[in-house]
Amino acid sequence: MQLQPMAAGRLSQAAPPADAAIAIDDVTLRFVTPDGHMMTAIRDFTMTVARGEFACVVGPTGCGKSTTLNLVTGLLRPTTGNVRVMGNPVTDISRDIGFVFQADALFPWRSVIDNVAAGPLYRGTSKAQAYERARDWIGRVGLGRFEKHYPHQLSGGMRKRVALAQTFINQPKILLMDEPFSALDMQTRTAMQDELLGLWSEQKSSVVFVTHDLEEAVALADKVYVLTAGPGTVKSVYRIDLPRPRVMADIRYDPKFVEIAKVIWNDLREEVQLGQSRTLQTGH
Amino acid sequence: MTAISPAADHAAVRDASIAVAESMAKAQLRLRHALVIGLRLAILVVFLGLWELGADYNFIDPFFFASPSGIWQQIWSWITEGTSQGPLWLQTYVTLEETFLGFVIGALGGIAAGIILGRNRLLADVFSIYIKIANSVPRVVLGSVFIIALGLGMASKVALAVVMVFFVVFANAFQGVREADRAMIANAQILGASPFQITRTVIIPSAMSWILASLHVSFGFALVGAVVGEFLGAKQGMGLLISTAQGAFNANGVFAAMVILAVMALVVEFIITRFENYVVKWRPAPFNEQGA
Ligand SMILES: Nc1ncnc2c1ncn2[C@@H]1O[C@H](COP(=O)(O)OP(=O)(O)OP(=O)(O)O)[C@@H](O)[C@H]1O
Ligand SMILES: [Mg+2]
Repeated sequence: MQLQPMAAGRLSQAAPPADAAIAIDDVTLRFVTPDGHMMTAIRDFTMTVARGEFACVVGPTGCGKSTTLNLVTGLLRPTTGNVRVMGNPVTDISRDIGFVFQADALFPWRSVIDNVAAGPLYRGTSKAQAYERARDWIGRVGLGRFEKHYPHQLSGGMRKRVALAQTFINQPKILLMDEPFSALDMQTRTAMQDELLGLWSEQKSSVVFVTHDLEEAVALADKVYVLTAGPGTVKSVYRIDLPRPRVMADIRYDPKFVEIAKVIWNDLREEVQLGQSRTLQTGH
Repeated sequence: MTAISPAADHAAVRDASIAVAESMAKAQLRLRHALVIGLRLAILVVFLGLWELGADYNFIDPFFFASPSGIWQQIWSWITEGTSQGPLWLQTYVTLEETFLGFVIGALGGIAAGIILGRNRLLADVFSIYIKIANSVPRVVLGSVFIIALGLGMASKVALAVVMVFFVVFANAFQGVREADRAMIANAQILGASPFQITRTVIIPSAMSWILASLHVSFGFALVGAVVGEFLGAKQGMGLLISTAQGAFNANGVFAAMVILAVMALVVEFIITRFENYVVKWRPAPFNEQGA
């Protein structure tokens, strides 16, 4: 099915290959709610990310996107099924993983450089070396003049760049990002997306990028996962064959991009509507 | 399309008018500050003046309610001639020492217990009921127990001060640990922090504002503990000075001791605020202070 004339091809789900960076195989996860009921967050979920691949996940709110990322980190364990990272079952929080959170997760009592150096320091790198690397990364995200600032003294976009540096300094082989740019304005977001693609191609990491913005997903990804309304499962997978390197400011005017986005949107729309009507019913 | 830009000569005029507005705003701020200080002083003077006059004309019986000049004479005579139990500095020193020891031990214990229970669900669930019970007992009564058990010396006062401080600091530290941001903890975990590193670099700093807030209140409690302890039975200290004055129906003496205690508390409060500003310098300034 991959060879359709347009660039977005629906992929069929197969058993994950053994050497995949991330392999989520037929996973179901249930939460015990405070009143003692079981609540299924995701069900029969299968997803594979090859090494060096950029995968985006889109789906209606509450369908289990953040839950999926937490399964990969090991912060959550599947109820049934199994999750493998770099071929090994997830038992502990892996050192290969970097996570950029949806919410602001910088340490407000640490200056920019102390925030960025946190990862290497936690992992036992010497102080001198950790700060040297931190300085290097702060320069790369363009915050050289702000080393000594505290997070509250930075703008939202600058804080996000600190978060990127904080994550990238550990040189994660697997990069998980949970709606990292959703709080940013258009210009900053476009700049950050370019930065991200630059860093990604440099580090050759494997990425799972969660977003509610379909255009962002199509612009960034090799592969887009569309999830169903909760309990989430994979509805369809699209391969995005737009050429790289991509320039974020221009790609949205590319006719091929527009065509792909339209196809996936038709697929996603039903789920979003379903999700909305459900949310309204349950009165959240 | 042509861009519209303001003429250059307007810019100079605008800068000048901004400078004028700025200096006027500054002058206004200074004036307001002076007004606040002036009003505060005026209230103090009026209050003390009315009290003194009332005492002079016997509206207020100075035998029961003292008078500002009588209080001042009492303080002066304590400073120059010493108290009936020895020099004044020794009394303040003894009380301060008891207060400090009680404060430090109680605060450290409260912080440690708060962090341990805050980090451990099971322990928290098991102990919470006992802490509630202990907290609802009027703790000052324990002073009598401590005096019976530990004698008239310093230990019984320190113990009472510790008990007074511990629960306040504990409750705040516990709450602070519980409020630590989930995302921040998860972030530290993924960046590679061990549980101990998380406690040291995430939990304690985020509980710090809670803990510091409780330190302000609890120093006052430690002082109460020490003074009440001395009151119940001691050989030295401000509390004993108060109880001696009370026994001699010397109202001036009671008020004089109160003034000295208040000064001690204010000085320490100032030091704690300094310490707090140093420890949490990362915190954003409240909006109304940013411009000043
Ligand atoms: N700790 C938890 N206990 C109980 N239920 C949970 C818990 N965490 C998440 N859920 C539920 O699991 C479902 C999926 O949540 P998740 O956070 O993965 O959604 P999401 O797709 O990331 O949503 P959004 O786009 O709004 O961020 C939600 O219905 C949520 O209520
Ligand atoms: Mg989410």
